[in-house]
Amino acid sequence: MKFGIVTFPGSNGDYDAYRAPIDALAEESVYLWHKDHDLQGADVVILPGGFSYGDYLRPGAIARFSPIMQEVTAHARRGGPVLAICNGFQIACEAGLLPGALQRNASLKFVCAPIALRVENADTIFTSRYDARQLITVPIAHGDGRYSADEETLDRLEGEGQVVFRYAPDRLQAAEAYNPNGSMRDIAGIVSTEGNVLGMMPHPERAVDPVLGSADGLALFESILQRVAA
Amino acid sequence: MTVTARPGDPTITPALVAEHGLTTDEYDRLVAMLGRTPTFTELGIVSALWSEHCSYKHSRPLLKTLPTKAPYVLQGPGENAGVIAIGDGLAVAFKIESHNHPSAVEPYQGAATGVGGILRDVFTMGARPIALLNSLRFGSLDSARVRYLFAGVVKGIGDYGNCVGIPTVAGEVVFDPAYEGNPLVNAMCVGLLKEEELMRAVAEGVGNPIIAVGARTGRDGIHGASFASEDLSEASDAKRPRVQVGDPFTEKLLLEASLELIRSGHIVAIQDMGAAGLTSSSAEMAARGDVGVVIDTLKVPAREEGMTPYELLLSESQERMLVVAKAGHEEEVVGILQKWDLTAAVIGEVIAEPVYRVVEGDRVVAEFPGIRLVTDCPTYEPEARESADVKSRRARDPHAIPERAEEADPLWTLERLLLSPTIASKRWVYQQYDHTVRTGTVIGPGGDAAVVRIRGTDRAIALKTDCNGRYVFLDPRVGAQIAVAEAARNVACVGGRPMAITNNLNFGNPKKPEVYHQLREAVAGMREACEALGTPVTGGNVSLYNENPTGAVYPTPVIGMVGLVESLAHVTRAAFTTDGDAIVLLGDNTDELGGSEYLQRIHDEVIGAPPRIDLRAEQALIDVLLEAIRAGTVRSAHDVSDGGLAVAIAECMMMDRGRLMGAQVDLSPWKALPLRALLFGEAQGRVIVSTPDAAAVLAIASRGGVKATAIGTVRASSGLLEMTIGSRKLRASVGSLADAYHEAIPRIMQRTASAQDVALASDSVV
Repeated sequence: MKFGIVTFPGSNGDYDAYRAPIDALAEESVYLWHKDHDLQGADVVILPGGFSYGDYLRPGAIARFSPIMQEVTAHARRGGPVLAICNGFQIACEAGLLPGALQRNASLKFVCAPIALRVENADTIFTSRYDARQLITVPIAHGDGRYSADEETLDRLEGEGQVVFRYAPDRLQAAEAYNPNGSMRDIAGIVSTEGNVLGMMPHPERAVDPVLGSADGLALFESILQRVAA
Repeated sequence: MTVTARPGDPTITPALVAEHGLTTDEYDRLVAMLGRTPTFTELGIVSALWSEHCSYKHSRPLLKTLPTKAPYVLQGPGENAGVIAIGDGLAVAFKIESHNHPSAVEPYQGAATGVGGILRDVFTMGARPIALLNSLRFGSLDSARVRYLFAGVVKGIGDYGNCVGIPTVAGEVVFDPAYEGNPLVNAMCVGLLKEEELMRAVAEGVGNPIIAVGARTGRDGIHGASFASEDLSEASDAKRPRVQVGDPFTEKLLLEASLELIRSGHIVAIQDMGAAGLTSSSAEMAARGDVGVVIDTLKVPAREEGMTPYELLLSESQERMLVVAKAGHEEEVVGILQKWDLTAAVIGEVIAEPVYRVVEGDRVVAEFPGIRLVTDCPTYEPEARESADVKSRRARDPHAIPERAEEADPLWTLERLLLSPTIASKRWVYQQYDHTVRTGTVIGPGGDAAVVRIRGTDRAIALKTDCNGRYVFLDPRVGAQIAVAEAARNVACVGGRPMAITNNLNFGNPKKPEVYHQLREAVAGMREACEALGTPVTGGNVSLYNENPTGAVYPTPVIGMVGLVESLAHVTRAAFTTDGDAIVLLGDNTDELGGSEYLQRIHDEVIGAPPRIDLRAEQALIDVLLEAIRAGTVRSAHDVSDGGLAVAIAECMMMDRGRLMGAQVDLSPWKALPLRALLFGEAQGRVIVSTPDAAAVLAIASRGGVKATAIGTVRASSGLLEMTIGSRKLRASVGSLADAYHEAIPRIMQRTASAQDVALASDSVV
């Protein structure tokens, strides 16, 4: 399987997203240049973390106009899997691939920490290797991660099982609020109506090797491999 | 060629010369070198290059005495960064640099551009940055102004490093009234490269084009280098326009473009336009290559119309590079820059004639003979004399200080120390830094040292900055030795063999005999420690004139240490992990109290001699610790430093807040020592390890000639620190100790939001 990782100017999670399939799955990764119109035959597209266009205007607002985004959107419309992480999630929302928006953290501070997530839907192409309600630990690192949408949208997301990950209390957050950014309904990750676009603020690609503290993101990549290759 | 003054340039007068920070002697030297009166442009160039910041004129003779060689040192001092080999054809480039003065007047931009500058120093060596560290000093957090500076500096560091995508993996933050008004902001960067990709900033090849790359040149930061070379005063805020403004997004593009350029083979040299901008980068590259250069300022891409050669040469606009390309490869160079949406313009060339020449179209506005512009800068070795105040402080006996009534309960003292912002958890700080990007961080901030893995190998590098300025103040020589030894000890605690250092010498005004004494003695102490521990100096930075209206800051020679972890299996953390493990103290306790955090925090006294340091014992300790770690017998290791033994034990129990550990400890073998010295004294050469096999650790220590004592047992679920000292029994709840340690800084910083604080902070800014 081939993973295509888009490099926008200012992307900095592209390297980690590039390495994860290679190191954790022994699968192939290619970088996709933002000025190109070619997905190079990628089966899965990753919109990585970082500060595309320096977060100018607002995070993701300029990157959505990059030439490659036409191809990414077409890929998503065809039902192709898109994994949108952190800044990628922001871009996906700006591009209309996912509903809602990511606003400044409630603390107004950038937060980097390992965070506990609960898997709310283990029946997606991204989460089939997790157990429903499973608690996992995955790093976050963002300043604009407060998921926001109108009540109707939030109700629909909940009703359709589109809320995939939620911030949840565990021992790491024992002494403080477990929701690190003030996201509505503790939402950390959602899928599109068709289930093929996942947007999430936490970084599963930074959690595929126990030597770095957590390998809880590995199952996400394994899920994709299992379901997409099948 | 004939040099002509530009119409409209001011006439050179003694007042103008003085305004440019040149002494009469230095000006005479300049006139002698030129054989005529300088133009305004030439005066500007020399004022920048001969500033303390660029020329190291008060420190160079001392720096020359430092050891710089080891078989694995590929690049020592004199380049943008030092480089050491780490095996498998790989190398790391690393350097530390200060941004103290800018941060004092504009904390956010000052700190941010400090990070930007040190990143560029590393990636111009051909290295991809893989880690950032920072070493910060502020006044007391009780002051609203200090909270404003602290919050601004942390946000500036975070926003810049986070955006570029380089993890900030370690650092230190110290709060002490000595740094009031003149914070220290030192940033260190470490990069990884293949040995054959090592790039140097040496201009060569007559006819090769000189290309300006990256951001356009504006009017910001003009005279930043000179600003950094004078005492801060009430008037310094008026010089805020001399602080540069950073753009980390452009930096990220510049990083990628520069690495692509270096690997393309189209260029022969590259250097950051840092302090003194175009002037220093072009003059230094020419001097290193012993070639001539000509620069045409009309060709420099400018942000605004009408910039003069003087401004273009001295601007410190950020995110710019100067490149010497191979003749005929200009188009390829421009092509790479365009790919990254950056500008590139040929602005000059390498010439055979041994001159440094600046033209503005047809007019020659500055011309210096050969490389004398760089080499003719005078050096100074001024009078050195120890301050009588320091002598008398050092001579005072800490044991003569009566205990406070509350100290009858040593746990009261322990809690007070854990609440000290210098000792307390810095999570409030490092949570604002992305420390997991690039998926290399094995141990991030909060540990004894950071560990960053080297992908494709089983190895890692261990990184740490260290310096206790109070020790250096009380005894510069011993204090500097301790700074090196403690950095080495920290690196060993995580499983790394100390390899080499970069240093950042933060001192006051060297023209004051007591300051020059501190500088001279501290460099001597550093030399002794680096020789004893086999860690050469590969480069660094000197920041002088760190003064506020009440005097100099503590002399603070920050050490940035790089060590090598030979196997990821050796990586060791500080926190206790396992119920029933034995707790072993390597090293010995003493009756020393001088210079301690205890005296400062509990008694508001800075007196006594700092702890004694035995460099051979430190080397033995490092050897024993590494042997025990490699033998697989060590489950955790943590060095004893600020706050002494009691604080170190408490940290091992509660550093990992999600997994608090209890412990039973018996210190009866030292019951004859004064209790406060035993618990809170800062004797050197001590490490606390936990182990499932105490006998093995004791045997390794015995063979290595290091005293080792089993002092207790980890009790995972007791929730208590239980300590016995002879007939004395102490019991404390780990939860309450953890609350003090982890919440101290967040609670103080919450106060910043009060309207009164904001008003106070903005009052003192304007």
